[in-house]
Amino acid sequence: MNDKPFPESLIAPGHGACAGCGCILAMRHALEALGKNVIISMATGCMEVVTTPYPETSWRVPWIHVAFENAAAVASGVSAALKSLGRKEVKSVAIAGDGGTADIGLQALSGMVERGDNVLYICYDNEGYMNTGIQRSGLTPFGAWTTTTPIGKVKRGENRQKKNLPAIIAAHGAPYVATASVAYPVDFMNKLKKAAAIEGPTYVHVLAPCTPGWRIDNSKTIEVARLAVLTGSWILYEIENGKMNVTFKPPKRRPVTDYLKIQGRFKHLSDAEISEIQKMVDDQCKHFGIE
Amino acid sequence: MKGWHNETDRRCRDSRAGQRGEEQDRELAGLQADHRRRKVHGVRPLLDILPRASDPQGQTGESRLRLLQGLRHLRQRVSISRDNDGFGGEKMKKMLTGNEAAAIAAKLARVNVISAYPITPQTVVVEKLSEFVADGELDAEFMKVESEHSALSACVGAAATGARTFTATSSQGLMYMAEMLFIASGMRLPIVMANANRAISAPLSIWCDQQDSISVRDCGWIQLYCENNQEIMDTIIQAFRVAESLSLPVMVCYDGFILSHTVEPVDVPEQKDVDEFLPHFKPQYSLDPEKPVTMGSMGVPEYYEEIKCIQQEAMHAAKDKLVKVDAEFGKKFGRRYKLLERYHSDDADVVLLTMGSLSSSVKEIVDRYRERGEKVGLVKVRSFRPFPAEELIDAIGHAKAVAVLEKNISFGSAGALFLDTAASFVNVKKAPLMLDFICGLGGRDVEALQIREAIRAAARAAESGEVRKAVRWLGLREKLVGLRT
Amino acid sequence: MIEIRFHGRGGQGAVTAARLLAEAAFLEGKYSQAFPSFGAERRGAPILAFTRINNKPIRIRTQVYEPNHVVVLDPTLIEAVNVASGLKRGGVVVINSREPHKFTGAKVASIDATSIAIENLGVPITNTVMLGALVKMTKIVSLDSIVKAVQNTFKGKLAEKNVAAIKLAYERVA
Repeated sequence: MNDKPFPESLIAPGHGACAGCGCILAMRHALEALGKNVIISMATGCMEVVTTPYPETSWRVPWIHVAFENAAAVASGVSAALKSLGRKEVKSVAIAGDGGTADIGLQALSGMVERGDNVLYICYDNEGYMNTGIQRSGLTPFGAWTTTTPIGKVKRGENRQKKNLPAIIAAHGAPYVATASVAYPVDFMNKLKKAAAIEGPTYVHVLAPCTPGWRIDNSKTIEVARLAVLTGSWILYEIENGKMNVTFKPPKRRPVTDYLKIQGRFKHLSDAEISEIQKMVDDQCKHFGIE
Repeated sequence: MKGWHNETDRRCRDSRAGQRGEEQDRELAGLQADHRRRKVHGVRPLLDILPRASDPQGQTGESRLRLLQGLRHLRQRVSISRDNDGFGGEKMKKMLTGNEAAAIAAKLARVNVISAYPITPQTVVVEKLSEFVADGELDAEFMKVESEHSALSACVGAAATGARTFTATSSQGLMYMAEMLFIASGMRLPIVMANANRAISAPLSIWCDQQDSISVRDCGWIQLYCENNQEIMDTIIQAFRVAESLSLPVMVCYDGFILSHTVEPVDVPEQKDVDEFLPHFKPQYSLDPEKPVTMGSMGVPEYYEEIKCIQQEAMHAAKDKLVKVDAEFGKKFGRRYKLLERYHSDDADVVLLTMGSLSSSVKEIVDRYRERGEKVGLVKVRSFRPFPAEELIDAIGHAKAVAVLEKNISFGSAGALFLDTAASFVNVKKAPLMLDFICGLGGRDVEALQIREAIRAAARAAESGEVRKAVRWLGLREKLVGLRT
Repeated sequence: MIEIRFHGRGGQGAVTAARLLAEAAFLEGKYSQAFPSFGAERRGAPILAFTRINNKPIRIRTQVYEPNHVVVLDPTLIEAVNVASGLKRGGVVVINSREPHKFTGAKVASIDATSIAIENLGVPITNTVMLGALVKMTKIVSLDSIVKAVQNTFKGKLAEKNVAAIKLAYERVA
């Protein structure tokens, strides 16, 4: 029996995240994996807002927020300073949501990777602009309800597929790119450790459910995140120096409807639409060598 | 008539006494019907009973008839939806938030392209518009842009191609598209934007102040500030007309949360009336293979200054246009706003100057002072750009002291409204003393107590004839601040 | 002028309650205003919503500091927040609770709104139920107006269920 108390988390409790929030879980695992020798540059978004209402903060590591679109640029600046000051033991880490990464933040991220800056970039993906009230982002999946892709008489939900961020970053020639899930924390943490150890631009993209945004019960976060992986809707892999490796293959891939039907944001889908999504998932799995 | 507005009473008495005829009645009818609208409508049955001018009996008692016809005009000025015994009625009045009013106004204006990025506290504008499009209620292209810079860039492209375009933003978003603001106006594109006024980072704030739109007051957009949700609805509809006739973009500003998220009664104009008021957008120039033009060339030194001079002339012309369009809107829809509003200010020794929803709260306080016989008044500035310098000189030149209450500050100097007002008087012989009160920043509530404090300070200045400290802060938690300001 | 403050948790419909009350007053030909405590709403976090009702246009735009009455949608808030703060003398506090509560200088009415909501709506969203209780205790608008406001806002079966719940609360509150 280990009667030592849990090591003090680098994220203090008392922040304002919703009960069941997948993203704050991702933050906690990330800091556990990375340790205290980091400087975090965070974009405007849920995680930033719920953890830092003046005069309080949840962060027990150095942390800076600047704007919505430039976490990568700020982190690059931090990295340059650390280098010029000879602080080799500290890692510059950028953290942003899918909005701050894939859409408004894409330019800064592209610049960071293209320059080869020594930054670990973590994207927590809850598939929408959740902090401003569940509007669609470039990473909102096909068919999802959001407030800007409502279910109306003429248009029904998001009509575009998720932007393939990991592929975009890999195409820049980043030495390490990985996807992760809050339902597979050990896999997530291992990938972070690997990424942090590399001197150069690395990218880890973690899928993290949002309970109000995905219209799921507060208690279902992990179940939903796991089903994303088990249905092949979200694939766990890494790309190391251009070489792709799937880190988890679901033993018997479940039909996508298992994942869709427990989320309110998909409840409007017709059978035809679900079949369409199944085909998209099938194609994706084929590409990754998953049956 | 018992219970009428004081002014109405006086003029009514004059009219009956002097029997000055039609002109007087029309003047009477031109007064703003206030909240006692139901009483005005109560007169309607009378109009039906009494003989008209065309009736043979109508020839007698003519002057009495004329008075009643004036009432007919007065009744027409009252919006139909207050017409409890009339047509359409309650259907047209709705309880709406400022954001909803903005979205519905854009829909009524039949915009062709909407390109907007969500940001608190404007998000509902974007959401509502996407709902209208998704339901087929609005036939427009709703663009899911990835940032505000792209939002306005897309608007520029759309407007240049001849589409009626609309966007909305706030604070950081407005800052992010700042470069594009100058480009849009420099390219003379009639884009209409709703800006939910919000404080600017750092520190990060989602709450209301007017720093965002004030910070871009130089960008060449017409800037109009709304006092309530009705004004938001009306101003956005007017904005398209003004923008398209001048080829200048218009920014309609309203206080974030205070108006954007507050539900209150709004008269929603009928689509057919808006259609009559707002003709189709017919740009003088647009990108069209049938008649190719080049837009956005390099403005070499031989031409740049002249182009800017013409732009400034257009802004001056905007003053007249704003007044004309507003007058026409008033005739059709029964509501007028003008460039600025004088509220008990004509004989006031102390006048407060405000923009936006704060005007609303100040009116309440001014009423309290007037009840006690104290000569305090308010001038609400609606058009900040173009700045109504002449109108202000006319409105407050007589005052002893003017207290500007504003939710912005130009660091290192003073508040923008104070600066522009003071500049208006720089070559005028008789000018009031002026005090600047910075208040309501980052969502800080401006309470009655603070408004009274400003009035007291202005009154003291009026009495002593001097201002010890021109720029002050209201509602500050002084313990938190090292220096006493 | 009457000012009402609603206490709830994000997701419980306090903002909608304030809005429905304002709508009801509007339907009676009165002037009204409704707004939430300004800020980011988070599921489960304590929030406030306000309604102002008056016989003439409401021009005041400040926060409500001294409400005439208070409505508490969630009993657990009583420990976290001083729900009677600023309440004017003689005001009513209507609480969703099975137990009696005391607030100095205030009349208190309790109603088990959660049960009524679950019974009639299938979910513990107590906002409309509490409106029924509020109008019974304060008569600031008629029951009929609240019903009309609900029917204007919700559709079909949902409207019917809410109306039934409201009427039940109107009868039961004490």
